[in-house]
This record gives sequence, C-alpha cells and structure tokens, in this order.
Amino acid sequence: MKCQCAANPSDLSLLEPVLAEYADIKGSLITILQQAQEIYGYLPTDVISHIAERTGSTPARVLGVATFYTQFRFQPVGKYLIMLCDGTACHVNGSARIAAAVQEYLHVENGGTTEDGLFSFSIVACLGCCSLSPVMMINEDTYGSLTPAKVLEILKNIQTKEAAK
Amino acid sequence: MSIRIAVGKGSCGIAAGAAALSDALAPLLESSGISLGTVGCVGMCWLEPIVDIYENGLLKARLVHVQPEQAPMIAQAVKTGDFSVIDPLRITKEDHAFLEQQTRIALRNCGMIDPESIESALDAGSYQAIRKILSQENGMSPEDVIECVKISGLAGRGGAGFPTWFKWNAARNAAGDEKYLICNADEGDPGAFMDRAVIESDPHTLIEGMLIGAYAIGAQEAIVYVRAEYPLAIKRLEYAITEARAAGYIGKNILGSSFSCEFRIKAGAGAFVCGEETALIQSLQGQRGMPQLKPPFPAESGYWDKPSNINNVETYANVAWIINNGGEAFAAMGTEDSKGTKVFALTGKIQRGGLVEIPMGMTLRQVIFDIGGGIRDGGTFKAVQMGGPSGGCIPASLLDTVIDYKKLAATGAIMGSGGMVVMDDSTCMVSMAKFFLDFTAKESCGKCVHCRIGTKRLQEILTRIVAGEGKDGDIELLEELCHAVRDGALCGLGQTAPNPVLSTLRYFRDEFEAHIRDKRCPAHICTDLLHYEINAEQCKGCTACARKCPVYAISGIVKGPHSIDQSSCIRCGQCMATCKFGAVSVS
Repeated sequence: MKCQCAANPSDLSLLEPVLAEYADIKGSLITILQQAQEIYGYLPTDVISHIAERTGSTPARVLGVATFYTQFRFQPVGKYLIMLCDGTACHVNGSARIAAAVQEYLHVENGGTTEDGLFSFSIVACLGCCSLSPVMMINEDTYGSLTPAKVLEILKNIQTKEAAK
Repeated sequence: MSIRIAVGKGSCGIAAGAAALSDALAPLLESSGISLGTVGCVGMCWLEPIVDIYENGLLKARLVHVQPEQAPMIAQAVKTGDFSVIDPLRITKEDHAFLEQQTRIALRNCGMIDPESIESALDAGSYQAIRKILSQENGMSPEDVIECVKISGLAGRGGAGFPTWFKWNAARNAAGDEKYLICNADEGDPGAFMDRAVIESDPHTLIEGMLIGAYAIGAQEAIVYVRAEYPLAIKRLEYAITEARAAGYIGKNILGSSFSCEFRIKAGAGAFVCGEETALIQSLQGQRGMPQLKPPFPAESGYWDKPSNINNVETYANVAWIINNGGEAFAAMGTEDSKGTKVFALTGKIQRGGLVEIPMGMTLRQVIFDIGGGIRDGGTFKAVQMGGPSGGCIPASLLDTVIDYKKLAATGAIMGSGGMVVMDDSTCMVSMAKFFLDFTAKESCGKCVHCRIGTKRLQEILTRIVAGEGKDGDIELLEELCHAVRDGALCGLGQTAPNPVLSTLRYFRDEFEAHIRDKRCPAHICTDLLHYEINAEQCKGCTACARKCPVYAISGIVKGPHSIDQSSCIRCGQCMATCKFGAVSVS
C-alpha cells in the first residue's frame, strides 16, 4: 500500500469522540474500525496508524484485523456503493447477468469506482433477501427481483437525481 | 369497531416497495380513526408487499402485491366497509395454503406483531416464560430450565444440531462467576435468511430466549453478534433492547428477582468463518476471526477465557415457547432423532419462495411441492441444495427423504441452518460445485494448510472443467483432494468445504463426465462449452441479432439467412434472446 498521508492527511480529530469512547475498552478494535470507516468512507493508512497508537497496538496488527474482514476498504469509495448479491439463490437466478449489465453501463470492474466518483461496484456474499433474488443494495436500500433493464433504470434515476443537484 | 392496517416491512417487503406503500397510505387514513402500523415478515416473500387488514383484532383481509397506486382503493374500502373493491388484491386460496401447512414456533409472531412495539409483543405473549421462571411462588431454578430444555430435545439450529441443554449444562457447571451468553446472528450461509427475519420481525422473542439461557447458565451479560449486512435487524434489535430495559426485563434485578442481565449488540464485519463459535469469540474480542483448537470448549473457556455459551437465533427463538408449553409438547413433534420444528428458507427456482417452519419428519417433497408449489416457470426439478457451502445437493430420486438430522446427513447434504435452494434443469451442477468452492476458497481463514491450499486447488480444477479444459483423472483427483481437506482441517468450514463437490460427484457424475470428456454442458450454462447456431430455414433475415451482437460476429444480407462466425463469437447468447423466430439454437 502506497502511503499518501503526507500528501493528503486525514482529519484525525473527527475520530476523537470514537476513540474517547472505545480506546480503553478491550476488544473494541472492530467497532473502532467500523466507526472510522463511517467517518472517512474507507480506512486511510494514517487513520490506521493513529488507531494503533491510541489503542496501544501496532499498525501491522490493526491492518491484520482490518484486512481479515470483507467490510473494510482501503480505497475511497463512490457516493453510491452498489453491492450485488452473489449468494446461492441470486446466483441460480442470474446475478451474473445483472453484474454484466452494471459493469457494461458504468464501465466499472468488481471492486472499482466510476471515474466521476459517483458509483462503486462490489459483488458480495449473501445479503439475506434470497426470495427476491437477484438482489442488490445501494448504500442502505435493497432492490430485488432485478433484471438488466430494471438495474439500468435504477442507476439512471440516481444519475438524474445527482445531475439535478 | 376498530380497524388496523398492517404493512409488512421486513427487508424484503421494503425492497419490494412496502415503505412507499405505507407512505402513500398514511395521509389517506389521517383522522379516520383507522390505525396504520408495521409488522415484520410473515415469510410469504413472493407476495410482497403484503397488507393485512384487522377488524377488532381479527384478520379480515390479506392483500398481496400491493402497489402504492392502490393505496386510495384500500383507504376507501376500510373507510366505507365495502371490501369488494379490494377483492382482486386478496391472497388466493392456493397461496394461503403455504401458511396453513406450517407449524410455527420460532416464527410464531413473525408478521403478526409490530417489531417496534413492546406492547404488541406483550399482547402476543412475550416475556411470559421469563415471568414464569422468575416468579416468587412457583418459579423455576436454572436446573429446572435446563431439564425442561433437555426434555424438549431442542438441538442447535445453526447447523451442528448439538443438544442445547448439554451446552447450557456444561456452561452452568463450569467454574467461575463471570459467564457470557452469546447469540450467533452472523447468518453467513448463502441462501438462509431466517435469523434476519426473526430479528426484524420479532426481536423480543430472541431477547426472551437469551434471557432464559443467561439465567440457566448463570451469565450476567448477553451479546448478540449480528452481521453488519443486516442494518434493519440491528436497528430493530437495538430499539427492542431499549424498550425491554425500560420495561424491566433487562438490567439489574429483573422483575424484582436476584437475576441480572445486560445486553449488547456487536456488529460483525463480514467473515463467513465467524459462524464457527471459537472464531466468533475471537472476532468479539476484536481479533482476526480464526478458529481455535477445541478443547477447551467455550463452555469452559470462551469469551475472555470465561465460560460462554453460544447458540444461534432460531435456537433461542424456540426457548420461551418450550418453557411456556413444556418440553414434552416440543418433543411430541418430529422424529426419533430430531425434535420440534425447523425453519427453512425456500428459494431458487421455486414457485412460492419464503420462510417455511415445519415439524421435523416431513419429506423434502412435501416442503418443496406441497408448500412451495413446485418449480416455477414450468421447469423440472433437478436438485435441492441444503446447508450452503457446508452441505450438498439432493437429487430428485431422494425427494422422499425425511427431514431429520441423520437422514439428511445420510444423503451427503446436511440440515445446516435451513437454506433450501431449489434448482431446475437449467442449473449446471458442475458450475454449482465451483460456485461453492469459489466461496469457501475466499472465506478460508488460512490457518490450516489443507483448507487454505486444498480449497484453492479444488477451485482451480473446477474452473478448468467448466472452461472445457478438464482432463482424464480430474474426477479422481477431486475426490482425493476432497478427502484430504476434510480430514486435515481444524474447523467446520474446512471439514465440510468438500461436501458440495462430493455430493454433486455422487449424484451428477455424468455431468462432470460430459464437461470433461465431451466438452459439453448439458444445462447450457458454462459459456466456454456452448455453441450457437442460426438455422437458415427459420431465419427471416430481420437482422435483429446482427445488430444486437456485441462483437459483430453475425453476418448476412437483409431478408436472407444469417450465420455466426464461431471464431469471434463470445457466446453471450444475446442473439438467441433477441430472435423472435426461434432460429438461434444452442448446443
């Protein structure tokens, strides 16, 4: 991982309330990382180092925990995070076609972000809405019974809404 | 006469448009005296959004597939009392039979009560069991509770099927005063969503079950480990804990007794292996979720090395019912080896997909065909996948298998947490096996060599086979590797990772052979093995396929027969989907 903190340091003061609450409670590392990701959108290197320092740990150990879990990201994500479910039911009901439609329309790979920074796309494990498969979540909203046409409509609606702002 | 309208708002209902519907109804019912409320998920997911109309507490009408545009119609019906206008929206008799054939214990309140109202839960009988246990006059001792659960025969519903009373008893007898009770709500099994539904629809039943467990083992703190992918479940559980605390069911000296118990929620961060209890404990302690060697079992040394008991959501959701109705009533249902009921998430190519709770001992055929209505879109049943990445596929010839821990295990699948993914003849079993190995190879924590490298090699061989590069000897190599991984892994994830391969090899060996020897995918799924062709006699020369082809592989003159250049075809199938004359065929 290339360190970019010197060029673009994160505002560590934003994390202060979280650290004040959890830094001294043992076993809270994952909670701290989750809240840090809420604040920064991802886990920047300097934030990881800062958490290590404040919890009496090392950056290697904190990064070791963070990389173990799929929830944590180490690159900034788009304003809208598309999580396409590829659980068994969605897989059987054609999630691959939905993935192809999103990738073709947004020109984005799995794990990537669009050039305008609006969308990130990620294929994830089961979201637990199997009866509406194929399913995706965009941020906290769930969309079910998807077809390639329906996905494009949803994405276009978001683009229109954003363009109007 | 009091009328109440309840909109089903579980995650699935909301995804299907229930929130918009509720927003459309609210202004129409203002100052009409008719109350508009929320319920969780009744498990009839294929009919969402669902609206229930209650008159004096009795269900008067259940409306299905309701769209926001239909809100005025509903408002008019309830205001005038003339329900004929909404008759077209009513659930059909056939669909209603889905519920009638079930026996609901864990799901007893799901879809009936408002998950964000403790009064609604209390009206449905919540917290009566803990009241009974803690009653001053004729309460139950922790030993009485464990004995009652022992009589019930309740076994762990997360998949392992280990007797619940045995774990409770071991934790109760473990030395030390500081003990923990943990709920595993890290429902990572692809295709299972009953735990999410229980938490979203009836969180107080989970809380009560956990309180009873905490009382039985002597724990002062209860922790729910929930997947972060379930934001609504976390929100509703948080709220339910707050309400239960305010009502005196959580905290110090519960209901005036000497029993005290605190609750908290810990959000998981996405790791399938954390469903394994020792890995879950590592994760709760803020570490990498890697399984530990047992013994010591968590009952002796678990969370922070203190005695701990872990059960899953569905297990706890049965407990209050067992205390209220007696262990014998629960044990009266089921088979010799498996007592009570089990919830299944019926999904895939099924007509009526949703949550099904049935007494153990029913057959797979009854669940899939009688309750689930069989295969949708006129397909033919091929297999049902049970137990997710740790389970296997059961073929049509074994549809009369009885649902019971031992009988299912004998087929090569497992009960698992209750995911039942139904597959029809358009599913390729080799590609299914690969799908599960992709999953386990990614989710292997890396601790054991056999699991870390073995699953990777299995995945590579399967990838080769579906790409048409299978070789003689691949099947034997797969089998040898499967046995090595099973024997060489420490935890359940690795030990069961080969099951999807072994079970498909057992029942669908001919499909593997077709891929390897004939370079053919009988289900027409593995794109590398497909061959598209245009039938010159049926082709009208409309040019639709040629215009749709993303790689310009189709040529021909207008009103003349077209053909596909096989060397540039990427086998995307768009030509076949576009052709209105059925001239494109795939082999």
